[in-house]
Formats: sequence, C-alpha cells, structure tokens
Amino acid sequence: MKKSTLLDLLLLVIRRDLVLAMRRRADVLTTLIFFVMVVSLFPLGVGPEMDMLRKMAPGVLWVAALLSSMLSLGRLFSADYLDGTLEQMMLAPHSLSMLVLGKMVAHWAVSGLPLVLMAPVLGLQFDMSAQALGVLIVGLLLGTPILSMIGAIGAALTLGLRGGGVLLSLLVLPLCIPVLIFGAGAVDAVTSGLSVVSHLSLLGALMMVALVFTPWVTAQALRISME
Amino acid sequence: MAINWFKYSAPTTFYGLAGKMVPWFAATAAVLLAAGLYLGFFVAPVDAQQGEFYRIIFIHVPTSILSMFLYLVMAGYAALGLIFNTRLSAMMATAVAPTGALFAFISLWTGALWGKPMWGAWWVWDARLTSELILLFLYLGFIALHASIDDPRRADKAAALLAIVGSVNVPIIYFSVKWWNTLHQGSTFKFSGTSMHIVMQQALLLMLLACWAYAFAVVLSRVRSIILERERHTTWIAELPEVRQ
Repeated sequence: MKKSTLLDLLLLVIRRDLVLAMRRRADVLTTLIFFVMVVSLFPLGVGPEMDMLRKMAPGVLWVAALLSSMLSLGRLFSADYLDGTLEQMMLAPHSLSMLVLGKMVAHWAVSGLPLVLMAPVLGLQFDMSAQALGVLIVGLLLGTPILSMIGAIGAALTLGLRGGGVLLSLLVLPLCIPVLIFGAGAVDAVTSGLSVVSHLSLLGALMMVALVFTPWVTAQALRISME
Repeated sequence: MAINWFKYSAPTTFYGLAGKMVPWFAATAAVLLAAGLYLGFFVAPVDAQQGEFYRIIFIHVPTSILSMFLYLVMAGYAALGLIFNTRLSAMMATAVAPTGALFAFISLWTGALWGKPMWGAWWVWDARLTSELILLFLYLGFIALHASIDDPRRADKAAALLAIVGSVNVPIIYFSVKWWNTLHQGSTFKFSGTSMHIVMQQALLLMLLACWAYAFAVVLSRVRSIILERERHTTWIAELPEVRQ
C-alpha cells in the first residue's frame, strides 16, 4: 500500500470538508447573506450621502467580513466533535496540525472566498473606484485566510462549551484587529494616492506567521479541549 | 546550603506563605499610596502647560504600566502551568487576571478624565488608548473563557493557551494601532534627560510602588481563595485552623 504523504492528507481533508459543506449549502449561504445584509444596513443607518459612504466603504466591508467569518467559525470543529470524527482524527497516526490546516483551508474556501467574491459588488453600492476595489479584493484575499486561521484557535478552545458562539467572538475579535487595520488601511491609502505596498506586505507577513503557528496552536487547543 | 526552589510551588506550602505576606503588602500599599497621593496632589508644583489637570498622571501612569506588565505576568504563569503542569502557576494566572483588568479599566477611565481638559474630548482614537482598550478586551476574554469551562483543569489549560496567543499578539496589535494613528504624548518616564520636576518623579515612583504592593496583596489573597476552593476536598484544607472553626 502506498504510504500517504502530508500533502495527500491535506488534500484529503480539504476535499472531505468541501464535500460536507456542499451537502449543507444553506450554511454557506447564510454567512454570505449575513455579510450582504450587514453591509447594506450601514447606508440606512448613517444616511445616503455618497461622499461619506465612499469614505466609509473599506471599513464597513472589512468589519462586515470580520463579523461574518466569526459566524461560521463555530461550525469548524463542532460537527466533527459531535459525531466523534474529531476523536478519530486525533487518534490517527498523522500530524494533527496538518489535518487542522486542511480544515482551515476548507473553511476559508467555504466562508472566506465567497465574501471576497461578493465584496466588489457591495463596493459598487458605496461608489468605490475600480482601483480601490482591486486593492480591497487583494487585501481580503490576504486577510480572510488569517481570520479563518486565528478563528480556528478560538473555535478549538471553545469546543463544546455552552454559549460558545458569543465567547468565540469575544476571544477572537481582539486578535483580528491588526488584519482589519491593514486591510482597510490599504484601501484608504490607495484612495488618498499613497502606496499600498506596505499595508499589503504587512498583511502577507501576518498571513505567513499565522500559517506557520496557528495550525500547531489549534492542534494543541484541540488536545486540551478533547482531554 | 541547598535551597529547595520548588518548596513553595506546591499550593500546600504556598497557602501559608501567601497568608503571611498579604498583610505586609497591604500595609505597604496603604502607606505608599497615602505618601504618593499627598506628594502628587499637594506638594508637586503646578505644570507649566497643563495646570492642575496633569495631576491625574499620578494615577494614570502607574495603572497603565501595571496593566501591561500584569498581562505579561499572567501569560508567564500560564506558560509555566502549561509546560510544567504545575497547579499553582495556573491558579496564579487566574488570580492575576481580574487585577490586570481592573488596572486597565482605571487607566482608561483616568485617561478619559485627563483627555477632556487636554484634548477637548473624553475619548480619541489614539494608538495608546486603543491598544489599552484591546488589552482590557484580552483580559476579559481570558476571564470569560476560564469562567465558562466547568472542568478547572481544562479551563486552566485553555485560558493559558489563550493568554500566550494574546501575549504574542500584543506587540503586533500595539504597532499596528500605532501606525494607524498617534496623538498621545510621548512616554513620561525617560531614562536620560527627563523633563519632569523631581517631586513629580518621586510622587510617580511612590504611586507605582503602591500599585505594585496593592497588586501583590490582592493577587496573593485571591490565590489563597482559589487554593481553598480547588483543594477543598483534601485533608490539609480540612485541618486548617480557619476552616475547622
């Protein structure tokens, strides 16, 4: 029998989680609808002046993305935890960090990527320029994976707790603030004619750091929660 | 002579030691607080630019310093508890958290009171204020996570991991917020060429030491309560004179 490599394992977990997500499409859609709804509420709350909306747009879109990614985090491990799959995964003779990374990637593809694709449409509602929209998309592409990765730590720590959802947001949101600052800052920079390289590089750096550390930390958190 | 460094890492021995230290730290805190407040509010001269308003510095700066330092202390104890699996370290981390949160809150409160006459606003979205607020959120997250897990061992470990992740994140948050916006005046304490009057410095130092002593007294008495609660089924607790009564 062929010995499976780490990459095979990663792809296996990603494929499995994506198939499971596709069988429960409503979950994916609710996150997306929540995102659209939050963004659309802002003009109703602050008034329809285009100048102000244009200025607010990057912040509103980023905060909405942050909140909607919190919404889906609870599901990251809970289904596997309830039906015992997670226990089997931890017993498997493979790196738990790699399994966790696979779940993070799948989670991002299901809950982060749709937001990135939806964001430019919503940006048009706020009269954002094409250039700003481009930077917004690049920023979201770099930033939403970080939200999934940091969120996974919180999801693992609050696994199986009562009131886990609210607690999860309380734990994860403060840790996500740098992503929000640099993501929204990049769009602000391009609209005021400054270079966006520094903001986007910092986002990229944060993503690399998160990629290295969060799977391992999440695996440790899962071990603590499953004891 | 060989010193047994681990003697007081057991709750059994530490309980008595902490009990002996609490009154001393409490008395020190009271004396230093009285002296520091007297020096700061009555003896220190009026500031040339800020008038009488600056006097809130004697509460604001020490509490800010301690709120940040106590987070590191908490994360340090949390890491010790995770690595060596010692019961007392996790209890200490749990005991430090409310005091740290309290200092962060006082720091924000006094900052707002200071900001109104100086900047004309109770709150400004400045880097230091914002990161102090986030620090308060991190403390509250730690306390909330610990409180919502029923099994104390799991609660200790989960909260410890969160504290460590938070302490890695604190510098990132600080610098990101700093680049985002800065209005706050520079650091008050400078090691060379300080701009402060000597009495102001002395008052600040006294207040800082008072806050230290207070933190020691409160954390130690809180950890005693935690030890009593966690170890209530053991025989040594049952034999304590204050429990037997």
